[in-house]
Amino acid sequence: MAVAGVAGAFAAGRASADGAAGASSALASSYAFRGEHQAGIVTPAQDRLHFAAFDLTTDDRDDVVALLQDWTEAAERMTRGDGAGEVGPVEGDPLLPPDDTGEAIGLPPARLTITFGFGPTFFDKLGLADRRPAALRRLPHFPADVLDPAISDGDLCIQACADDPQVAVHAVRNLARIAFGRAAVRWSQLGFGRTSSTSTTQDTPRNLFGFKDGTANLKAEQEDLVDTHLWVHPDDDAAAGWLAGGSYLCARRINMTIELWDRQPLADQEGFVGRTKGTGAPLTGTAEFDEPDFDAVTGTSPTIPVDAHVRLVHPSVHGGAQMLRRGYNFVDGSTPLGALDAGLFFIAYVRDPDTHFIPIQNTMAKSDALMEYLKVTGSALFAVPPGIAEGEYVGQALFT
Amino acid sequence: MRKTLIAAGLLLATPALAACTDNSTGDDSSDGGGDRAFTVASTDDACEVSGAEAPSGALKFEVTNTGSQVTEFYLLAEDGLRILGEVENIGPGVSRSLTVKAPAGDYFTACKPGMKGDGIRNAFTVTQSEDGEKELSASDQELVDEALAGYKLYVRDQSAQLLEKTTQFVELYKAGDKDDEARALYPVARTHWERIETVAESFGDLDPKMDLREADVEEGADWTGWHRLEKDLWPADAGKYKALTPAQRATYADDLLANTQELDDQIQGLDYTVDQLANGSRGLLEEVAAGKVTGEEEFWSHTDLYDFQANVDGARVAFEGVEPIVEKNDPDLADELSTQFDALQVLLDAQREGDGFKLYTDLTPEEIKGLSDAVNALSEPLSRLTAAVV
Repeated sequence: MAVAGVAGAFAAGRASADGAAGASSALASSYAFRGEHQAGIVTPAQDRLHFAAFDLTTDDRDDVVALLQDWTEAAERMTRGDGAGEVGPVEGDPLLPPDDTGEAIGLPPARLTITFGFGPTFFDKLGLADRRPAALRRLPHFPADVLDPAISDGDLCIQACADDPQVAVHAVRNLARIAFGRAAVRWSQLGFGRTSSTSTTQDTPRNLFGFKDGTANLKAEQEDLVDTHLWVHPDDDAAAGWLAGGSYLCARRINMTIELWDRQPLADQEGFVGRTKGTGAPLTGTAEFDEPDFDAVTGTSPTIPVDAHVRLVHPSVHGGAQMLRRGYNFVDGSTPLGALDAGLFFIAYVRDPDTHFIPIQNTMAKSDALMEYLKVTGSALFAVPPGIAEGEYVGQALFT
Repeated sequence: MRKTLIAAGLLLATPALAACTDNSTGDDSSDGGGDRAFTVASTDDACEVSGAEAPSGALKFEVTNTGSQVTEFYLLAEDGLRILGEVENIGPGVSRSLTVKAPAGDYFTACKPGMKGDGIRNAFTVTQSEDGEKELSASDQELVDEALAGYKLYVRDQSAQLLEKTTQFVELYKAGDKDDEARALYPVARTHWERIETVAESFGDLDPKMDLREADVEEGADWTGWHRLEKDLWPADAGKYKALTPAQRATYADDLLANTQELDDQIQGLDYTVDQLANGSRGLLEEVAAGKVTGEEEFWSHTDLYDFQANVDGARVAFEGVEPIVEKNDPDLADELSTQFDALQVLLDAQREGDGFKLYTDLTPEEIKGLSDAVNALSEPLSRLTAAVV
């Protein structure tokens, strides 16, 4: 196995020329594609996202293996800062279209990671139903879901994250091109700002409600918790030993009704969240990382309201279950009524969606004060295979 | 707007309310005499008031029930919704008096023999008068008390009408061969719900049983309430929808009626605070913005504009209740809100058809955008209302 973990994934050889805008100087400038786990999960969250879901256009297993091999090679090259193809964007035969589309010429790797996943339908289409993990099912309907099937689900997914949006888009664009004839893009989503920290080296960013988001997130440095809550273990599912070292990716396109939110008094906003808007401290504390005190009372009411977000999703009310959130703010222009088509493209990685995502999502959807301002328009679940060693292709364990 | 906390606040509120009605025959020497005193004869089919005009000030109505049914008497604002004052439970042969402070404006008097329906209404005009204005100038606390008392009457009245019309609706729906009539009554009955929606929603246990949209139901949970019946009455868009059996119809209909009855019971004991009134006004406009102007509320019947108008009615009644306070504290805001309420109403009136409204699906994108813009133009200043009244 190749190196693993945040520090180990640092590709020292490329430290010199990079330094992408916006990235903390404490962070690496590029990450190895290979390792015990796929990059782009515990990797310190980059600033930008391009996420794409694909549908297979073939049911031939060999074709799909070939696609995964091609994707692996291209992804490894692009995460190094090289072109998608062997030749390069301007180095090839003038009579041929280039094997890289060129918009990343001269750009640094910008901490690009490319993470692949398999949706529930992937297994049925390829006759692999007996190897489909029991937990990999289409997510149930949650209250306030108004899903658009055109931006939900998918046979495959690619999460491309980078500090430069052009680098992330370049990756998805070239991988989609490589896939033609074998898989076609079903939907894709741009995210312009991270809403979570996945490392203690990062500050907590803000979502479009203006609040710090992901303060209590799982972080790469919490190795025991990461092992318990994030990675699938070899004996978790007898049918899916191939997924050991992998994880599940829960994706939710959460629209915020921004205009309504903006009219809420500050004290109400803070009550909905259970934290102050300025520092992000719980309403019972003074600093962001103070533990919330859910028993505290002000007057006759709980200081942190009974329907506050921080209370309802807290691990203490979900059997200790934690998730690693890796979401992004998005604005896809405006609706026909002039409202921002905006929100949070929520991504969470968990060891088991049946214990670490679905119950928490149901609690939130039924009772959370924030739900008044949220509408979920897209939803998908993918199994993210473990990382790969030299000579392997992504997802290889599933096919062997 | 937070729902659950409002409920808690409502339930904890103490019933210390300065009533602006007077059911007794007690001391009324200071009440308006002469041209401010009227007699009302309420019969089973008429409501004869001894005059139709008065100078502003404290008006007194001596109501005598000469009919055979228990009656009520109201002085209603120009919109026919906001209640300036009322006397209830006037038995046959009984007289009661109502004293109410009325500034210059257009009003309705209304008798409600049988205590049902909109009542028998007559126009009533109050003219500006110098001595009357003095009488009307009230302390801040009096203004608040009047606003709260008026809103309480309004909510109880709407709840009573909701119960009455829901009872009729449920009977039509259960009959099985009166679906056209049930469809016609559906948006009319729901109007009374939507006018007091923020109050109804404050009962966190009842609201999801009565008004949940299909998309908001948790997988595996039973879907009940108005919209369950709506889908059954308008199955056209529902694809392979399987109609409810008569037994299922009865189950869901009875459940809705029982919950409506419980809501009405609970509402009787409610008292409000002035910030709840202002927040309720804001909250009703949020309901418009979130569900009605987008056509999501009445997903099957497309009668969203009825709900839209009802939400605006409720918001406006609450605003007008506290308007005298806003006039004192922030006259510019009061003006702005009146202007924007009027502007929105003009757009809504343009979509009236018969006794009701066009279907949402018959509106053009430009008309919907215009309504949405007007809702935003009103909602933004409305979000400052609470701070101006507390």
